[in-house]
Amino acid sequence: MRRILAILLENEAGSLSRIVGLFSQRAFNIESLTVAPTEDASLSRITIVTKGDDKILEQIVKQVNKLIDVLKVTDLTERQHVEREILLIKVLAMNDKSRTEVMRITDIFRGAIIDIGKQVYTIQLTGDAEKINAFISTLGNETEIIESVRSGCVGIARGEKALRVK
Amino acid sequence: MTTERYSGAELVVKALSALNVKYLFGYPGGTVLDIYDALFKQQDVEHILVRHEQAATHMADGFARATGEVGVVLATSGPGATNCITGIATAYMDSIPMVVLSGQVPTGLIGDDAFQETDIVGCSRPIIKHSFNCRDIAEIPNIIAKAFYIASTGRPGPVVIELPKDLLMPGQSAEFSMTTEISIRSYNPTVKGHHRQIKKAVQAISQAQRLVIYSGGGVIIANAAELLQVLVEKLNAPITNTLMGLGGISGLHDNFIGMLGMHGSLEANKAMAHADVILALGARFDDRVTNNVKKFCPNATIVHVDIDPTSISKTINAHIPVVGLVDIVIKQLLTELEATDFSVNEKDNQDWWQQIEQWRKVKSIGYENEVKGSKIKPQRVIEAMYQATNGEAYVCSDVGQHQMFAAQYYPFAKPRQWINSGGLGTMGFGLPAAMGVKMAFPDSHVICITGDGSIQMNIQELSTCLQYNLSVVIISLNNRSLGMVRQWQDMVYGGRHSSSYMESLPDFVKLAEAYGHVGIQINSLNELDEKLTKAFAIKNKLVFVDVLVDEKEHVYPMQIRTGAIDEMWIKKGVKA
Ligand SMILES: Cc1ncc(C[n+]2csc(CCOP(=O)(O)OP(=O)(O)O)c2C)c(N)n1
Ligand SMILES: [Mg+2]
Repeated sequence: MRRILAILLENEAGSLSRIVGLFSQRAFNIESLTVAPTEDASLSRITIVTKGDDKILEQIVKQVNKLIDVLKVTDLTERQHVEREILLIKVLAMNDKSRTEVMRITDIFRGAIIDIGKQVYTIQLTGDAEKINAFISTLGNETEIIESVRSGCVGIARGEKALRVK
Repeated sequence: MTTERYSGAELVVKALSALNVKYLFGYPGGTVLDIYDALFKQQDVEHILVRHEQAATHMADGFARATGEVGVVLATSGPGATNCITGIATAYMDSIPMVVLSGQVPTGLIGDDAFQETDIVGCSRPIIKHSFNCRDIAEIPNIIAKAFYIASTGRPGPVVIELPKDLLMPGQSAEFSMTTEISIRSYNPTVKGHHRQIKKAVQAISQAQRLVIYSGGGVIIANAAELLQVLVEKLNAPITNTLMGLGGISGLHDNFIGMLGMHGSLEANKAMAHADVILALGARFDDRVTNNVKKFCPNATIVHVDIDPTSISKTINAHIPVVGLVDIVIKQLLTELEATDFSVNEKDNQDWWQQIEQWRKVKSIGYENEVKGSKIKPQRVIEAMYQATNGEAYVCSDVGQHQMFAAQYYPFAKPRQWINSGGLGTMGFGLPAAMGVKMAFPDSHVICITGDGSIQMNIQELSTCLQYNLSVVIISLNNRSLGMVRQWQDMVYGGRHSSSYMESLPDFVKLAEAYGHVGIQINSLNELDEKLTKAFAIKNKLVFVDVLVDEKEHVYPMQIRTGAIDEMWIKKGVKA
């Protein structure tokens, strides 16, 4: 089962490597990982998308919690949450027909063309993993994908629930 | 107010001394020479010079296991630091409080593959509780204080501190300031069991008809042995110990049914298999205990008390988890038992003990005495060793058959008396660990029980022993082979003894003498007791006792691979 973990940890040298090391050392899966400092510069927030049954997830959460640098861990998938990812994708747009088609698909998915070259368009799209997958495959049917990059998932709980210190 | 300023190296030593560190086990080299210079100029902290950094870690480890204090190691960058890896991993697996100070190349050279640069923080990352990179000289004392705090609280473990040379040299200086009240916002181990869980635990215990207490190293670490005995007697429950937990209850106590697991007693493993409630205290259901987890005690309700939440339901699902320090939780359990007017159900309890007596009668811990003229049985040596020391020695073991024989045949009356590498199984641990113990308790008998293979993994420390007059008694069960490997080859690999012989063994008596010690060889049964007694009577000299034992002996009982916990070979070809 796919899970999204949100982790708050000390923004210190080596903290990230401890998390990544833990996952590889204990053969836990990482589908994506994003990290950046929070509004409180002493803290970083990591979002990890992983896979595992309840037993494995319980171990992952406990093991992450055990790291001295970690303040909070939560499984966002346990309750209502929002997840987002950003995609930047460069596709071939050689002639009018394919340009119109690419623009049409981008519109439907509420993406934006953010750069154009002689024969290429670069498009930006945000959404959850499912939407991004659908966009990539629709585009791929229409034209050639030259390059793409995904940010990996970030997530936050819905409503009052918050992951914060104190 | 003092405004005196110190170099980083001086700050290191001042911090150690402020933390009451008596001994620092280490080996010098380029990046830590400033620390050695600072050590030279003071008297508070004594540096013990080993002959290999691995031995420094095991010495610090032995010292920590025997005293409960933090063991402290100092090594230079690069090879000095990497030589510590095995010792750090050994301490990590057995939850031993240790702080390792490692040199590092100057900050400006980090990342350049400078001479003797290794990323020791990176190398040690999977085998430490925590680690620190020092990048600011003023922070050195606080980092050291935090390292000690982390190493010794919660579930203890090793902490590595990397000290770049430029921070240690006289060029930079800072005032000495070290907090005594340490608080780390991201580190707050739970010490007290949750009251609801305590209630549930007591309910399960009270309703049990066949209760077993299964206790491990956590009881030793938490100094909970006395409380444990009260609990055992209050419940009149059978108690088994893990290899790490021996001494948690006296090996002579009526309720003690022996060690459990791979080479545990039949009665211990049977009792576990038939229990309806298992109360696990500071133990972690590792694979050397459970055997096949799929077949593990299917009918038991498991109450699992541990300081480390990750240990709970990792391999075996706990029905009633209790996170907390074992001593505090036992107190809570006793209070709750009191509050609920607990009394032992005599009928159930008697039936249960009668059943256990049946298993005890098998005498699974036993061996066939030698016939006239045959070689000495290794088990017999442990019994003689027990007699010669009144059962009061610290026994520090290496890894192999001799380790299992010692665990089976030397009943430990007290916690911290049995010191061995249980989790990692590190050959070479025994001698330096014994040296660390002797350092702490110079007036006690300290034995290193070892084998002809293991002793050669840190034999160079005989030289350190001479320098510091560490009169350890080394008892080597010399079977001219890597006995435990050979046993597996006999049992699982069709008797093909691939590389399990130790050809060209040295003359250990002469070797001991060459290092300035006493060497004694024993090769017949009729001289065993007398020569051992003599060895223990020699004061202020290290004695190396080389006992030639029967190389064909196997360790029994032994769990049958992939079987349930109580499926065992009792002796060659005989199943329980
Ligand atoms: C450093 C290390 N290498 C290898 C092993 C695997 N091993 C376990 S027991 C053993 C044999 C030990 O031989 P010895 O010290 O003579 O003890 P014996 O079993 O003969 O009593 C070996 C090689 C180990 N535990 N540790
Ligand atoms: Mg041997």
